[in-house]
Amino acid sequence: MSDHDTVVSVKDVRVQFGAVKALDGVDLEIFAGETIGLVGHNGAGKSTIVNVINGALPPHEGAVSYGAQDSTTKVAKDNGVRCVFQELSLFPNLTIVENARLMHSDLGGWNWRKTAARLMREMLDEIFPNNSIQTQSAVGELSIAERQMVEIAIKFLNVTQAPKLVILDEPTSSLDATLAEQLLAHVRRYVSEGGSVLFISHILGEILSTSSRIVVMKDGKIVSSKPASEFSVQSLVETMGSVVKKSERKSARSAVQGSEQTVLHIPSGKAGGLDFNATRGEIVGLAGLGGHGQTEMLLDLFNKHCSNWVPEKQQNVAFVAGDRSLNGTFPLWSILRNLTVSNVRALARFATIDAAREDIQADEWKKRIEIRTPDIDNPILSLSGGNQQKVLFARALSGEAEIVLMDDPMRGVDIGTKQEVYNILQSEAVSGRTFIWYSTEMDEVCLCNRVYVFRDGAIVAELSGDDVTEDNILAASFSGVAA
Amino acid sequence: MKGFSARLLIPVISLAILLCAVFYLQPRTMSYLGLNLLFNLAVPIALATIAQMIIMSVNDLDLSIGTFVSFAACVTAAFMPETPLLAIAILLAAIAAYAVLGFVITLQSLPSIVVTLGMSFVWGGLAVLILPSPGGQAPDWLRSIMTVKPPLMPMAIVASIIIALVSHFIIMRTTFGVAIRGAGGNGRSLVRAGWSLLKIKAAAYALAAFFAILSGMALVGLTTAADANIALRYTLLSIAGVILGGGEFVGGRVSPIGAVVGALTLTLAASFLSFLHISPDWQIGAQGAILIVVLGLRLIFNFGKRKGSAS
Repeated sequence: MSDHDTVVSVKDVRVQFGAVKALDGVDLEIFAGETIGLVGHNGAGKSTIVNVINGALPPHEGAVSYGAQDSTTKVAKDNGVRCVFQELSLFPNLTIVENARLMHSDLGGWNWRKTAARLMREMLDEIFPNNSIQTQSAVGELSIAERQMVEIAIKFLNVTQAPKLVILDEPTSSLDATLAEQLLAHVRRYVSEGGSVLFISHILGEILSTSSRIVVMKDGKIVSSKPASEFSVQSLVETMGSVVKKSERKSARSAVQGSEQTVLHIPSGKAGGLDFNATRGEIVGLAGLGGHGQTEMLLDLFNKHCSNWVPEKQQNVAFVAGDRSLNGTFPLWSILRNLTVSNVRALARFATIDAAREDIQADEWKKRIEIRTPDIDNPILSLSGGNQQKVLFARALSGEAEIVLMDDPMRGVDIGTKQEVYNILQSEAVSGRTFIWYSTEMDEVCLCNRVYVFRDGAIVAELSGDDVTEDNILAASFSGVAA
Repeated sequence: MKGFSARLLIPVISLAILLCAVFYLQPRTMSYLGLNLLFNLAVPIALATIAQMIIMSVNDLDLSIGTFVSFAACVTAAFMPETPLLAIAILLAAIAAYAVLGFVITLQSLPSIVVTLGMSFVWGGLAVLILPSPGGQAPDWLRSIMTVKPPLMPMAIVASIIIALVSHFIIMRTTFGVAIRGAGGNGRSLVRAGWSLLKIKAAAYALAAFFAILSGMALVGLTTAADANIALRYTLLSIAGVILGGGEFVGGRVSPIGAVVGALTLTLAASFLSFLHISPDWQIGAQGAILIVVLGLRLIFNFGKRKGSAS
């Protein structure tokens, strides 16, 4: 086997979800015996390229080949492509041995339990020396770190076929420093023996120390692919950012500055984290890579200001959900009902809803935020995604709420609608409302007066005014050294 | 193994307490004959509970178990003595029908509760067509199996142990059983690992139908005749038995041994209430109360365990 055997080759792959180009012409070749570090911000296309390589997502255009074959899950598996997913893919109700059996179809035979137990024991001890995991225990009883260790060990397992390419998606996120170092040592050992690894992490120190080549993605494209030695933490962060049109940004940003009146305050929960503060009339952005504690912070804020049991007369916090279909819209209701549902108390008279007032309010909001529908009594699902989102904004804004929490609500919304909503937000902020806005999109974050950047569940940076730039946010989202 | 034994602890303790109470109230039950009488109706219930448990381990629920067992009992009583081949063919077709149900439910992601509730009327109707009035007869071989007198332990106990061990082997030890529980635990991962969820769930439904048919046949062996409504209450009894035995509605967490113990406990609870001279009108309510007490115990136990592991 020469050093330059291709394990996977991705050629001009394009993937599109609705209006979003997740992958926009990606070429990537992975050779045997190399570790590729993959970095990029939210929406850069990291997860999509992983899914394309492991065969779960057939590309809409372009080709994936493993040696000489085309892509399907089966082929990816047959060619020794294994993937450690960011959300764990284990079976919590089964034991470690049983998990290994289901993940490895070649682990058959009469006494597979014994074989699996032996192989898992050896692999766990090889990657994580001195661990105390019992192969007979159910996965649900393990701690998060132990589950991650088991998942990694299962994917490196060699039953009858050795893995050729192991994709590690944020594998160290739930491991402590010692375990992470053990894993990285194993990765180096495995690669030196001819395997290859695709390694995704937000800890740039790990990427730099472990990878032989680093691939930087942005907006569905590979913007740079160079040997790791040619990168530093600084240059990686710069590469992840784009050539920014700074002047445009600045003019778009809201002119209002928050007043001195603090409306929200949360002391930092974690060591090294910063306090959270929001003042009246401010648009506060929550940034950082997805899943690093932003949504938890929003839910925390919401729960602090609302009773779980008895609805209060005056709701002073409104929540705009990110996942429309999961916890935003009432899919069977009309646009009108969806719009007024959080405000029925104000529209009610003698415990019945005053239909006339409801109509007036809905019409007013329909005009104000331009919901494009011939009839407000149409079902909510007749609207496009962007217009559904506008209805949800109207729902939050039509009430008396002083504080509006937004959980990445503009995901998958077209650019025109986005502009309209931005304008509404700014005018509402001027009139004294406070917005807490978690967004995974850089342009949106850059519209905020002040931005908190999250990493590993804590606020690691506070940027305000002219410091709110893509470079600063990127630098804070990725840590230079292992935690 | 730790979770396994903890899961079994409460059902076993509940059964032991009930058994002691029954022995105290009626010491004559503490005999070969007495135990057989106490438990022989538990055998078909235990088989139906295992059937329900298999469906529940893939995160579904079967509301047609009761009518399906009745249907199987009617087929057995009507055709098995005279035309055994016809009876076997009908029962095999029923198993195939269950496999198709599992397939369709998975393929269209239909709610199993709705589909099986609909099917319960189909099975009920077929049972009435086959045996319009109570009757039929048990084939001799079935009768002699169900009335066999093994040494040391009565038939009901031996049969329960065999059912528990066989189903434990199939569900907990074989690869097939692991795949079934995996489908309940994390279906998406199962597909990603290269398994066919359709095949696994269809096979699980077929296996459940097999156990339900055994339940119907055991019932005919005990009662020597059948009727279209003979096992209607099995639907709820089987669900209660699974839960009582430490199983859960979702997540593929089931225990075959626990399910059999749960079925025995439910049967014993009925006898216990009769010995207390509680009128039949109140028995169902009292049975429910026993269920609530046992499940309450489990809740407290789990809560304590979670607190223990959190600290």
